[in-house]
Amino acid sequence: MLSKRVVACLDVRDGKLAKSVKFVDTKDIGDPVAKAREYYDDGLDELVFYDITASSEKRKIMLDVVESVADQVFIPLSVGGGIRSVCDATDLRLAGAEKINVNSAAVRRPQLVQECANAIGSQNVVLSMDILKSRIDHETPSGYRIIIDGGRTDTGLDALEWALRGEDLGAGELVVNSIDADGTLDGYEIELTRMLSDAVRIPIVASGGAGTPHHLFEVLTEGRADAALVASMVHYGTYKVSELKHYLSSREVKVRMSW
Amino acid sequence: MLAIVDYDAGNLRSVQRACAEVGVPAVVTASPNEIREAERVIFPGVGAAGPAMRSIRSAGIDTALVDVFNSGRPLLGICMGLQICLEHSEEDDTSTLGMVPGQVCRFRLNNPKLKIPHMGWNNLRVVRDHPVLQSIDESVEFYFVHAYYPQPKRTEDVIAVSTYEKEFCCVVGFKNFVGTQFHPEKSGRAGLSLLERFVTWEGNHA
Repeated sequence: MLSKRVVACLDVRDGKLAKSVKFVDTKDIGDPVAKAREYYDDGLDELVFYDITASSEKRKIMLDVVESVADQVFIPLSVGGGIRSVCDATDLRLAGAEKINVNSAAVRRPQLVQECANAIGSQNVVLSMDILKSRIDHETPSGYRIIIDGGRTDTGLDALEWALRGEDLGAGELVVNSIDADGTLDGYEIELTRMLSDAVRIPIVASGGAGTPHHLFEVLTEGRADAALVASMVHYGTYKVSELKHYLSSREVKVRMSW
Repeated sequence: MLAIVDYDAGNLRSVQRACAEVGVPAVVTASPNEIREAERVIFPGVGAAGPAMRSIRSAGIDTALVDVFNSGRPLLGICMGLQICLEHSEEDDTSTLGMVPGQVCRFRLNNPKLKIPHMGWNNLRVVRDHPVLQSIDESVEFYFVHAYYPQPKRTEDVIAVSTYEKEFCCVVGFKNFVGTQFHPEKSGRAGLSLLERFVTWEGNHA
């Protein structure tokens, strides 16, 4: 049977590893290539790079980072941040990315998901969603809404509605990122993850809030996620990737234990 | 020389990098002549069967691959590259190269909770010895992304199986052809050692 995946997310700003808390207070915390290599050697299943570089002239740096990582890390590599066209997606694919994450630009122009799926295959197109808890009303019947532009723009769009639309448009996977939980280390948004996982037939990567190995266990079982994304808890050395996997395996979650 | 067949399938650099990692430089080429002259060939691939077949036909790569196969040189098909080497694919109802007797079928799963494509890490069970799969036990996992799987006509061509609700063939071996449904270039050290064994394999398999 398929294993549940442990995915590490590296936010990269101007070629350096960065980490935010609730999408603000971003700090530089190291070299993304060295971190990627370290996690790969320690049994990581997949890597996600998010380009949070503000200026477009520095975006080429990201292609170099992706190339350097792809030269030495032989697991799936997913890249997002600022992808607005099939051309952006293709450039990243050529640099060595397996999957492409689209986010804000897909909300503004949903056809982007379809165009990318046609160009590089559905299985390689990931719809990444930044989600904020809201009141349940006629605009957001699911009680969650979509925020874009790295937390700056409230779209008012219902999260469940957008997830289903994204699947229809050809997204092959969803990243469910809870802004409420981001960087808190208090645990994933289980309710949100389970709601979306039950609603779609594509894999779900839970993101935001991981602080202990038990949080991963919860979201992969109760939350019904296919993969759990980690950032702060491994970037600061609090836990090693292998420790997370040993914990999950000891709790009878099937994870890849041979690397 | 090791040639990696280029037919707009995307994933070529990853395969080339993985070969470099195991110490074997490879050329990525769309030239039928270069493919014919190579000592061994890797035929990678992602995407759908219909467009992939059209693309290799229009480039003349289809006949070059059949020539490589008939000459007895080692040929590795990965994912779509494997599928295209069988006779027919259900995907887009496509006639394929037909080097290996058999079909490519879509997953038909009873459990609605199981997602298609089958994407992620899964174990395999080796059912028949093959030099390229030596010393791989059931704890080792490989990375899969696919909605269709190969079904060779002869059971002896099934080298390994994997399970997604039910068992399906994930490694095919027929004469000097070997094919993996998973992506060795994305499967960590296990995948790299498989590639390492392929690049030293003589193409002999009972």
